[in-house]
Amino acid sequence: MSALLACFGLTRRFGGLTAVGDVDLTLEPGQLHAVIGTNGAGKSTLVNLLGGELAASGGRIELAGADITAWPQPRRARAGIGRSYQRTTIFPSFSVFENCRLAAQAAHPRPWAFWESAAGCRVSGPVARDALADAGLEAEAGRSAGTLSHGGQRQLEIAMCLATKPRVLLLDEPLAGMGAEETDRMLQLLERLKPAHAILLVEHDMDAVFRVADRVTVMVNGSIIASGTPAAIRTDPAVQFAYLGAEP
Amino acid sequence: MFRWWPLPAVVLLAALPALLTPYTSDLVVQVFVLAVFALSLELLVGMTGLVSLGHAAFYGIGAYVAMLASPAAGAGNLLTLLGASVGAAALYALFVGAFSLRTRGVYFIMVTLAFSQMAYFVFHDTGLAGGSDGLFLGKAPTLGPLDTADRRQFYFLALAALAGTYALLTLLRRSRFGHALAGIRVNEQRMRAAGFATTLYKLAAFVIAGALAGLAGCLLALKDGAVNPELLSWHESGAVLLMIILGGVGHLRGAVIGALAFVLLKELYSTPAVVGEFLAGHWPLTLGLTIIAFVAMLPRGLIGLFERRPR
Repeated sequence: MSALLACFGLTRRFGGLTAVGDVDLTLEPGQLHAVIGTNGAGKSTLVNLLGGELAASGGRIELAGADITAWPQPRRARAGIGRSYQRTTIFPSFSVFENCRLAAQAAHPRPWAFWESAAGCRVSGPVARDALADAGLEAEAGRSAGTLSHGGQRQLEIAMCLATKPRVLLLDEPLAGMGAEETDRMLQLLERLKPAHAILLVEHDMDAVFRVADRVTVMVNGSIIASGTPAAIRTDPAVQFAYLGAEP
Repeated sequence: MFRWWPLPAVVLLAALPALLTPYTSDLVVQVFVLAVFALSLELLVGMTGLVSLGHAAFYGIGAYVAMLASPAAGAGNLLTLLGASVGAAALYALFVGAFSLRTRGVYFIMVTLAFSQMAYFVFHDTGLAGGSDGLFLGKAPTLGPLDTADRRQFYFLALAALAGTYALLTLLRRSRFGHALAGIRVNEQRMRAAGFATTLYKLAAFVIAGALAGLAGCLLALKDGAVNPELLSWHESGAVLLMIILGGVGHLRGAVIGALAFVLLKELYSTPAVVGEFLAGHWPLTLGLTIIAFVAMLPRGLIGLFERRPR
């Protein structure tokens, strides 16, 4: 049990509102940790705090034992934290390949080498091709990213994530707006990624969560009310009351 | 094949002086200088997505420093002057960029405008550099056998500056740096999530753009032999923005075509022999109306006329 990414007492306040309050969470390699909760429970804020998009009001974040609480987002990304967004965040006007290649370039930036061609980069190019293959998008490499289907764009976002060679994946509702078939394909992809990554999955689709998660954490009003195996969460009375609805 | 058009263009322009009168030659040099200026702004607006309304500050500073760095007696060294102009403009761009890049969108426009007006008033209202009268050049600088007082030689210097700027920006665009700037323009959030320190990239683009504007300013000062505070005013910042919009934002050749169109239109509308005494006295009005018409009919700029397929 060695945590790759962990937070302790993580808190974020917006004025008088505590969006995330005193959250402890650990992500381990080879494990998919799902965070569920109603709208406004603070799930996306939690992802933003871990990814470095938002600064914490309190608490500590550790990556492989190092305190990264004060690190800005790009530095955390280079250290191995990849993320996807709730709203698809790609470069629609670029080709699918260039989307991935640009993401891979972050690890080999050389911005001063103005005479070297980016398209001919021998480091980021192969990495991007591998990431596209992993995400099952190699056939679409030459297409303009904006013309992909919604599901395809979500896959591309994961591929861009993979192109940065992350150790941790923070996925904010990757299944949002997907059809049954696309959902299936995405869940298979997550299963394939699990062995080599520590994954945090924020998701609304309960069936999907219980299919792939190794561990489930339930948030209500910015706090964790329960955390455990899917089986334990399913039968937890507090969860049933607060989230699944109080049924007799 | 289309990609290589700048090469024959440079050859053609190098052969052009044989056909030019002093007046038309001066006009072409003016286009060269403004094209360098417009290209420098294209790096910000078209390549990085940063709309600045204070770009004339770096142009004006480049022009003033060329004057201030010239010796009181005798001819200065051209390389020293160019270095001083470019360096001073880059330094001010570093200062302005460090503050203004904390803001976005319309706030960025306002902050860059404020910083350029600040520089304008320093030159306009203090005795630092001749106040509102500006400065005059004693003797044109030289470099070995090159004498910038010679109009023909200066023509080639300005052409070389334009070709060099164009080549540099072409390389930048295809480099990793340029691709990162394009990524920042389209989706900065995603670039940060991938691990790019986007603020540093934008600052680097801002400083390079400022330095190139300084180069344009230096050339202008040497061409005219005089500078005045109006070079730093927001009118100039607006004019250079108009040039790249007129030509077509997002293309290097758009900036060059825009500068050419701007100079020609301005020349046309301010010539009494062509448009009459009354209109010539009010050329900003006719120029403005023409630009409105151009933008309405060619939303992608003049470059849209030559493009076969839409992007």
